[in-house]
Amino acid sequence: MDVNLLRRLSEAPGVSGNEGAVRRIVAEALRDHADRLWADTIGNVFALRRGAAPPEGGVSDPGAGFRVMVAAHMDEVGLMVTDIGDDGSLSFEAVGGIDARVLVSQPVRVGGSGVPGVIGVKPVHLTAGGEREQAVAIGSLRIDIGADGRDAAARRVKRGDYAVFATEMLDLGPTLLGKAFDDRGGCAMLLDLLADRYPFDVCGVFTVQEEVGLRGARVAAHALAPQAAFVLECGITDDTPKKRDDTPVTRLGHGPAITVMDSTMIADPRLVRHLVATAEAEGIPYQLRAPKGGGTDGGRIHLAREGVPTAVVSIPCRYLHTPASLISKSDFENAVRLVRAALHRLTPEVVAR
Amino acid sequence: MKDLIQTLAEAWGPSGHEAAVREVVLRLLEGHVDDTRVDALGNLVVRKAAAGGAAAAPKVMLAAHMDEIGVIVTHVDAEGFLRFAPVGGILTGNLIGTRVAFEDGTVGVIGSEKRDDASKAPKLDELFIDVGARERAGVRQKVGDAAAFRHGVDWSNGRPITPNHDDRIGCAVLVETLRRLAPGPNEVFGVFTVQEEIGVRGAAPSAFGVAPDMAVALDVTGTGDTPEARPMAVRLGHGPAIKVKDGGMIAHRGVRALLERRAEQAGIAVQLEVLTGGTTDAMAIQTSRAGVPTGALSIPSRYVHTPSQIVDLGDVEGAVRLLVAVLAQPLEGVVDGR
Repeated sequence: MDVNLLRRLSEAPGVSGNEGAVRRIVAEALRDHADRLWADTIGNVFALRRGAAPPEGGVSDPGAGFRVMVAAHMDEVGLMVTDIGDDGSLSFEAVGGIDARVLVSQPVRVGGSGVPGVIGVKPVHLTAGGEREQAVAIGSLRIDIGADGRDAAARRVKRGDYAVFATEMLDLGPTLLGKAFDDRGGCAMLLDLLADRYPFDVCGVFTVQEEVGLRGARVAAHALAPQAAFVLECGITDDTPKKRDDTPVTRLGHGPAITVMDSTMIADPRLVRHLVATAEAEGIPYQLRAPKGGGTDGGRIHLAREGVPTAVVSIPCRYLHTPASLISKSDFENAVRLVRAALHRLTPEVVAR
Repeated sequence: MKDLIQTLAEAWGPSGHEAAVREVVLRLLEGHVDDTRVDALGNLVVRKAAAGGAAAAPKVMLAAHMDEIGVIVTHVDAEGFLRFAPVGGILTGNLIGTRVAFEDGTVGVIGSEKRDDASKAPKLDELFIDVGARERAGVRQKVGDAAAFRHGVDWSNGRPITPNHDDRIGCAVLVETLRRLAPGPNEVFGVFTVQEEIGVRGAAPSAFGVAPDMAVALDVTGTGDTPEARPMAVRLGHGPAIKVKDGGMIAHRGVRALLERRAEQAGIAVQLEVLTGGTTDAMAIQTSRAGVPTGALSIPSRYVHTPSQIVDLGDVEGAVRLLVAVLAQPLEGVVDGR
């Protein structure tokens, strides 16, 4: 895997609705691979990889007219400045699903120029015991950019500016620690996959605004009208010790997770069987994601137009939607191997009725 | 009609696993429709041409969903007990002791952990499925396998009791309507949809494909006629219910009026339905493409979403007669001047 590319993707600011920095990295990486590269009005990036030409003197391409969408979302969860206080501190709202408890004392970068700040909290010397036992509400937190009063702050940031976690990616050997692997990990997978040519047209779609309601994918799938779709994600892992014999959604290091059902979609059973058969034939480790909550762009893609057979492959990711999440390099590599092999083995008959 | 209800009720089909129901419907409609197709999500779309094959005939879509609520395995524990998540609106208060059936016929019973306060409904994560396993190695079920309430039909006082009237009774109404209907002024699409119970997901793509001029969803609704029931002006045996509104849609006034008018003309007893929660495929169809005039016709059912749902045969028969009357004539007030 290209760790440096994932590092650039992970560290790029790209909260929902503000995916420009990620879009630029993606477009640059695709320059040599895409047969056609374009963006739509909402900001989704499409990279078309034409099907392999038929062999000399051979029959025409059996996949003609068969078009597969492979999607990963560019946006990450983050914050947006809602107001500047008299003291120069910034109040904010979450963009996407964030547990306020993970925010306390986190360094952040605010706005297009990346103004450094911290989500401040009273020092331990000044808090009473009871206070420390209570979870904080997001409305009571402020970003402190070190500005002396409202005017000083207003010269550097404004209402509506986004803020992201200031997390640098760390290579821990077998694992990687960083922000926004959901879904820059999926973006990195997709970039890797688009280096290949497949027997049919594959359109990689880097979507926007997944974290605020699967919004980019909806219009992308309508425009593309694919015959099948794969969604690449970094998904929930809760494999840390539990008190009882209960369900981890996925386990880190146990291979890519194939979704059967989540809150937004029942995966197409034919594509699920195709992925499982591919993994078994190729000797790629995999796991079935326990059918629990959570959703992906697949939730919109599979309902586009007359419906699109859709499957989801995810890299297990600990501490999703926090400033520091953790993935396994082997899961990443096996996820890429699985989807690459599944695409090479896919035929229109797999999803024919 | 009794055989039809029995046959459809015995097909296994939790949301996402509608293939067996689809096969049954196709067999029941053999020779009664002009063509059939299955779309990408698994919706079955059958078509009955207008008289003389008139190309400009208005297109009417009737939708009934094939799927039923169920459960899905999330974990097999060390002893072979299965933890599960809901598929659709499972009511946990009714689950302890309920039998569920997997696709391969394996039957399990839902058990519960010990609970400190048994007066409250159990939480889902306190429940598990026991498939009678002696050890984990003997359990065939794996993560992602779905199960439905165990099937079977009892007839009490002439009324059928099944775990899945929602919505096999709608499928039965739709099949019987298509069987009885002679070619008329309208082109009729019978759509047997998938995945209604987990968010009316099949209906929108199927409506996009059909692009109808008018649609009616066929589903069950609750009643207010049992002891100390939540007030609702729908009673079992008083005729099919023409929907005015539910939790997800307001019925198109023209469609509703057309249903009421045809019922009156044909002397069919009907009721008006206002459902405070829940919705049907009609919600998704109504907002397909540029919008579709859509109504819904409901079969009153007691104990919806439990393993024992009761309907009245007279309501079912009334629904079929009303739909045939609507489809056999022009769609006044909905599609005019065509």
